[in-house]
Amino acid sequence: MKKAIQIDEKDNVATVTGQAIEGEALEILNPEGAVILQTKTSEDLPFGHKIAIKDIGTGANVVKYGEVIGAASQDIPAGRWVHTHNVKSVRMDTSEQ
Amino acid sequence: MAEFYGYERPDGTVGTRNHLLVIAPIDCSYEPAKQIAAQVEGAVAVTQNHGCDRDDMVVHNLVGTALNPNVAGVLIVGLGCETLTGALLLERILPTWKPVYNLTIQEEGGTLKTHEKGVRILQEMSQEIGKLRREAFPLAKLTLAVECGGSDATSGLAANPAIGVAADMLIDAGGSVIFGETQEMTGTQQVLAKRAANEKVAEDICNMIDTQERRIKAMGVDSRWMSKGNIDGGLTTIEEKSLGAVRKGGTRTIQGVLHNNWERFDKPTGSGLYLMDGPGWDVPSVTHMVAVGAQIVCFTSGRGSTTGHAIAPVIKITGNPDTYRKMSDNMDINAGPILDGSESLNGVGRRIFDMIVETAGGKKTKAEALGYKDFVVFKRDRAAEHMLGNC
Repeated sequence: MKKAIQIDEKDNVATVTGQAIEGEALEILNPEGAVILQTKTSEDLPFGHKIAIKDIGTGANVVKYGEVIGAASQDIPAGRWVHTHNVKSVRMDTSEQ
Repeated sequence: MAEFYGYERPDGTVGTRNHLLVIAPIDCSYEPAKQIAAQVEGAVAVTQNHGCDRDDMVVHNLVGTALNPNVAGVLIVGLGCETLTGALLLERILPTWKPVYNLTIQEEGGTLKTHEKGVRILQEMSQEIGKLRREAFPLAKLTLAVECGGSDATSGLAANPAIGVAADMLIDAGGSVIFGETQEMTGTQQVLAKRAANEKVAEDICNMIDTQERRIKAMGVDSRWMSKGNIDGGLTTIEEKSLGAVRKGGTRTIQGVLHNNWERFDKPTGSGLYLMDGPGWDVPSVTHMVAVGAQIVCFTSGRGSTTGHAIAPVIKITGNPDTYRKMSDNMDINAGPILDGSESLNGVGRRIFDMIVETAGGKKTKAEALGYKDFVVFKRDRAAEHMLGNC
């Protein structure tokens, strides 16, 4: 089964460790390697991209490495792909480069 | 409590290695210096490539390397007409416990006479240091430098977080950790400042990263910019990209910023985590962290790296299983099992920690066994720093 890693316990996103296609079963592992969530992806996820492991409301912090990497620009339900289309940097807007 | 086996020095510091360092203060005398070092077991020659004018940033880093506890004795081999003289290095090393000798080729009367004298000095020092035995010391005596180079998508996901786990473990055991590469800290000012031991350190961190952003901007580049490759690879924001790099330093409180320039040459003042204001290039970055006292180095690379160091063991870690397979002659640890879930992030971190202790105690890294002795002193452009208002 495809895996996604939660790097820090505080993270609300996990990073997929292989290309996952829509509807594919995915195991989310915490830093100790325990499965904290079994889910199905609701869209294609390329290797190294992020999946929401909790519902993230508009304006809420997106947390990876235990730190804020940006803010949700729209509601992101658990299981959705998290990237430039639904996250804005607090520092610089990547989508407008 | 874990301990490591090292060589105790008269000033109470502990070496993980027992090298004899031959310093050519300028590259003019590097060829003879290398040949002198090659004659004697355990000797290694280094130089710098910034010309023969006296530059205190270069002097600091050469002297710092000589004073690292991994060095048991020093021989300086200069040409004689340089402004960055051997005498200048000698006067800073002499007040310490370290045996040090200074030869200049023009005064000795050519390279053959210098060679004979230099080899005799090293030969005696080599015989003497053979008597030293490793003893057990607490990890509080160990300073680890962490570095990353040749990153790929697995670096921020597997290798850097795993090394961060090991860094946290070492600090919790009383040791020190240094990480540098200021330009990779872009956008992490607030995150790192929040972890500072006090307000002064927080301010120092912000100033350090702001200054680096100004330097890069002066070259016509915005360091906050992310490449299409970064974004295609899954990095969403500059914060995420930089956090993946700084995670290799772990998550503990930041005790201070180590400035390494003409006026200042800061060393860690106690246990814990330190940031070094230093270059982003692999070998100079490692060289400067060893110059301020790191006795061991961990280096992550997604693409694979061959880097070693003249006087410090460099443990290399990749999070990419393909790289480990292709570069297993050079990479010491495969953090790749994190990716398929066969090993946890913390599990790999503990494995790295164990290898740090074992390597500090004498096990050779792959780079050491292959004889790699990388050493490059970095120097900033003082005129540019002046124009930017940095000095």
